[in-house]
Amino acid sequence: MLNVENLVVSLRSGIPIVRNVSFRIEPGEILALVGESGSGKSLTSLALMGLLPPSIAITGGRITLDGAEITHLAPHQRVRRGCGKVAMIFQEPMTSLNPVLRIGEQIEEAIRMHDPDSVPAERALELLDMVRIPDAAHQLRAYPHELSGGMRQRVMIAIALACRPEILIADEPTTALDVTVQRQVLGLIRDLCERLGVGVLFITHDLGVVAQLSERVAVMYAGVLVETADVVPLFRAPLHPYTAGLMACLPDPDSDEPHMATIPGSAPRADAIPDGCPFAPRCPRAQSVCRSGTLPLVRGAEGQAARCHFPLTEGALA
Amino acid sequence: MGPYILRRTGAAIATLIAASVIIFAFIHLIPGDPVYVMLGDAATPDQVEELRERMGLNEPLVVQYLIWAGNALQGDLGQSIFFETPVTQVIAEGAETSILLALITMFWIVAFGIPVGVLAAMRQGTWVDQGLSGLAMLLASVPTFWVGLYLILTFAAGLGWFPSSGYPSIFEEGGLSNLRYLVLPSLALAAPNAALILRLTRASMLDVAREDYVRTARAKGIPPYRVVLRHILRNALLAVVSAFGFTFAALISEAVVTETVFALPGIGRTVVQSILRRDYPVIQGVVLVIVCLYLVINLIVDLSYRLLDPRVELE
Repeated sequence: MLNVENLVVSLRSGIPIVRNVSFRIEPGEILALVGESGSGKSLTSLALMGLLPPSIAITGGRITLDGAEITHLAPHQRVRRGCGKVAMIFQEPMTSLNPVLRIGEQIEEAIRMHDPDSVPAERALELLDMVRIPDAAHQLRAYPHELSGGMRQRVMIAIALACRPEILIADEPTTALDVTVQRQVLGLIRDLCERLGVGVLFITHDLGVVAQLSERVAVMYAGVLVETADVVPLFRAPLHPYTAGLMACLPDPDSDEPHMATIPGSAPRADAIPDGCPFAPRCPRAQSVCRSGTLPLVRGAEGQAARCHFPLTEGALA
Repeated sequence: MGPYILRRTGAAIATLIAASVIIFAFIHLIPGDPVYVMLGDAATPDQVEELRERMGLNEPLVVQYLIWAGNALQGDLGQSIFFETPVTQVIAEGAETSILLALITMFWIVAFGIPVGVLAAMRQGTWVDQGLSGLAMLLASVPTFWVGLYLILTFAAGLGWFPSSGYPSIFEEGGLSNLRYLVLPSLALAAPNAALILRLTRASMLDVAREDYVRTARAKGIPPYRVVLRHILRNALLAVVSAFGFTFAALISEAVVTETVFALPGIGRTVVQSILRRDYPVIQGVVLVIVCLYLVINLIVDLSYRLLDPRVELE
């Protein structure tokens, strides 16, 4: 089980970008992390991986995996200490594979680090079969540029699985793919999660994908988790006005309204996040109390929770 | 790969023909008549005319060119006016020095430029990087002859570690130990080029380090030194390899200066002296040979580039 407690990620200059983020992921569970570009989703995932760029660091909170603290460990340090592993697949399958090494070499490299007892070539073949790459034996000898985007993303998943992870982070893994390929890759991730008991953190800004794929959702805005909930209650009755705003932006095929809804204003830059609730300047329900101080945690039914003074569902106030 | 080499060789031959025309035309545009150089000021017009006729200088330029090019194809680059021996022999006499000088220089360039460039990139922003990059900037800016003179002053005249000038063949007395004569010249010649390769390696390493696939490699948990060697350096070298063709061109022109400073009996010094003597068959011959070498080296660089990078198609 991955447990993230009060994670703070800051620029070296001291500006926090991700603030007090907490969540947990059980084995076999898919948690969707939703938010706009720049909301801190990707930095949260890189922090979990131990892959933050040198200009950014974890400045608060802790990350534990099956009880072992991994907060400040880079991937190779985690391997050396034998702690549990977090693997990741990235948004851009076209640039995430080394162009001058064969697919097989890139998978086997991970196998040798994480699976020293196996025969790398056999295990690589097994992994390519597992991610449903046809003619796997032949593809092991291919170079990345010889594969399509969907195939490359499958190879990325195979590399991630070669690390025998407890947790798989998927950072918008289907954004760069065709719609039909998207669906196959999503199906693959869900199957593997169930079959191998891997917990998945699925990062996306696509609420449609969230509804198809995951059981739980965390909504991020300006570096803060504003709401976490199971998928069904979240879509039926969001607590936080930002979540509600996102839902309202989904196109409704039955509506005659020619324009799609939008949330007025834009998300604040990381160096200009207002005091109090970061969403207050754009929020239709905001009052003066929202603009300073800490935000109350509001709990709804079925584990739904939001940080808001004026949540939408009155009955949910506990 | 076969058709690619053929096409590439065809292009090289076309370049060679164009270069030969330019070489020939330029030499004949230079003021100064070789016949007067050979005969001296006191020559009578009859003597001059007779020699011109004998050397074929009265033929139209096109005919002269065709004769020269035709002979060159058969390995005959004409007679040196000054030495009165075949040009090929003049070139062959300087070849040992020049080839050894080039090889040793290339060794320094690769042995210093690439590893130090990697080190600077890995220590980006620290005093190590700033010191190395500053040194590289200095070496790249200082003229070769100055570096040469300074090396002579310090290591030959001052410390007496290496000889200051000349080069007896390794086939003469002393054998391979004669190579010590080439240490200072090759260092002088390598300095600016190694500095360029250093800076290129550093810049290329930093570029590649930002690539997504390097993050993928780190995510696998492989040790940092392996990420650097296998994933960053391997790709960064693609840019460095393609620069070696240009480095070679720089070596040729700088070798002329270096061989003069160190009084080495190489091809570069022969060219300089031949220009002063209006010994145009030698100039033409040497430049033509250099063009051939340059084309061959670039062909090799291109082919190796295509072997290193699987994305480049070889059809």
